[in-house]
Amino acid sequence: MTDPLTVKNLTVAYQKSPVLKDISFRVPEGKLIGIIGPNGAGKSTLIKAILELIPSITGEVEIFGDSYKNTRKRVGYVPQRESVDWDFPTDALDVVMMGRYGHLGWFKRPDKKDKAYALKCLQQVGMSQYANRQISQLSGGQQQRVFLARALAQDAELYFMDEPFVGVDAATEKAIITLLMKLKEQGKTVLVVHHDLNTVKEYFDWIMLLNVNLIGIGPTEELFTKEFLQKTYGGSLAMLDANSSPIIVSPR
Amino acid sequence: MNHVWIILIGALVGSSCSMLGCFLVLRKMSMIGDAISHSVLPGIVIAFLISGSRDSLVMMFGAAAIGLVTVFLIQMFQNSGVQSDASIGVVFTALFAVGVVLISLYTRQVDLDLDCVLYGEIAYAPWDTLHVGGHSIGPKAVWGVGASFLLNVLVISLFFKQFKISTFDPALAAALGIPVVFFHYLLMGLVSISTVASFESVGAILVVGMIIVPAATAYLLTDKLSTMIVISVLLSIISSVLGYYIAFLLDASIGGTMVVVAGVLFLIALFFSPKGVRHHVKFSHGA
Ligand SMILES: Nc1ncnc2c1ncn2[C@@H]1O[C@H](COP(=O)(O)OP(=O)(O)OP(=O)(O)O)[C@@H](O)[C@H]1O
Ligand SMILES: [Mg+2]
Repeated sequence: MTDPLTVKNLTVAYQKSPVLKDISFRVPEGKLIGIIGPNGAGKSTLIKAILELIPSITGEVEIFGDSYKNTRKRVGYVPQRESVDWDFPTDALDVVMMGRYGHLGWFKRPDKKDKAYALKCLQQVGMSQYANRQISQLSGGQQQRVFLARALAQDAELYFMDEPFVGVDAATEKAIITLLMKLKEQGKTVLVVHHDLNTVKEYFDWIMLLNVNLIGIGPTEELFTKEFLQKTYGGSLAMLDANSSPIIVSPR
Repeated sequence: MNHVWIILIGALVGSSCSMLGCFLVLRKMSMIGDAISHSVLPGIVIAFLISGSRDSLVMMFGAAAIGLVTVFLIQMFQNSGVQSDASIGVVFTALFAVGVVLISLYTRQVDLDLDCVLYGEIAYAPWDTLHVGGHSIGPKAVWGVGASFLLNVLVISLFFKQFKISTFDPALAAALGIPVVFFHYLLMGLVSISTVASFESVGAILVVGMIIVPAATAYLLTDKLSTMIVISVLLSIISSVLGYYIAFLLDASIGGTMVVVAGVLFLIALFFSPKGVRHHVKFSHGA
């Protein structure tokens, strides 16, 4: 059984200085993994480099033991919500349907089956009553759910999600995490960029600590310690006491 | 009969431009349409010098090539740190100026009137007919603009989903394996070809009006991309018909009046559509 994701010596730079330095790790199947690190740590960049959206200077990425080119259909992606224009003339269902495009090839158009599939995905995120709502008329949390439904429509085995919890209320956050845990139970692997250290222990069975360098990746109970977090966040981290949750002193 | 030809040419120009304009407006690239419509001028002149005529395919593709060069240069300057509006401005004014210089240098060889290139003269278009085996088969402009219209319809309907997703969410599109850059340049190539095909009838400058204005109006009137395209095409046809008759009554520039009508329709939509009054005029930083 090949691992869903193997990264070897990945280095990425936008201009001269690298924003990711020599990152190597393996991700086993069926894990829900939190990617944690301060702003500018390179979390989004890591995902984009793995998905070949930006070039990397060195490094190899294997997805299910093959190159991403050959495994696209097995990978789902949720970009940061701000990355698109929500005034685009389209509705929620249509956005979710875009998740099917990867399965359609060059000329085939989405058909009834794809539509039914997209509707099912909207239902899973509790948004089926908004299927025909113009996307600019959805709240931030609803937009996030639509993005999640679109990733579900990709019908993937390995998911990358960039900050799916940003700007959503507690109820939506609960709904999303429940869904992610369900994906995990189905044997899927989910990597999630996450900022709220208070919920890390509750949500993730593995975490990846990132700050330009890879500080560590592994089971949450091993890595979610004061020592590791201080290495990741540097001076901006404060712990009230050894047993309570850590807090970040300079939040976003 | 000439009325019909002129209106048909205007409607075809409008339709083929506004269809592309929808994607430009949504990509917040109205300025690029403006830039291309100007910078194809040297392409037109050079192709004219090489081929010696103004109705050749050489000219179409020469200009299309320059259009792509424009987009490429703009991108290159942006990547090397120049502000995006500055790099657009530098590239298209420089290329346009090259075209102006070329025309003035080769006035004798080039039977191109700068005024005509800039403002167009649709009124004479019906007289310039195409002949096959001794028979006239209608004005050249109808065939030229008609061909570019059909090309746009063909390409956009074939790759509608690719254009849509790479406009809405280029990152996801790329992740799905859709060649986003290819579709970007394909769109720009179509814009260039449509511009060149249209310049004689409505003029290079007014083409940009047909690219942006009906699309911007349609954006106010619908929440669906395919509907937006249909509406923009209808609006451009209405603008051509009304514009023609108004120009006829006022004895004004036909191409100019057509675009003015498109502008008036835009204002009407802006005041009366709920979306327009409600918020965001996103093309405000456009042409
Ligand atoms: N397009 C870009 N061009 C140049 N530098 C960039 C670009 N995108 C990101 N960077 C830089 O790369 C570094 C990593 O950025 P990245 O967006 O990956 O951080 P992140 O961990 O996702 O941060 P956040 O928590 O704020 O989302 C930052 O220092 C940022 O300034
Ligand atoms: Mg980020």
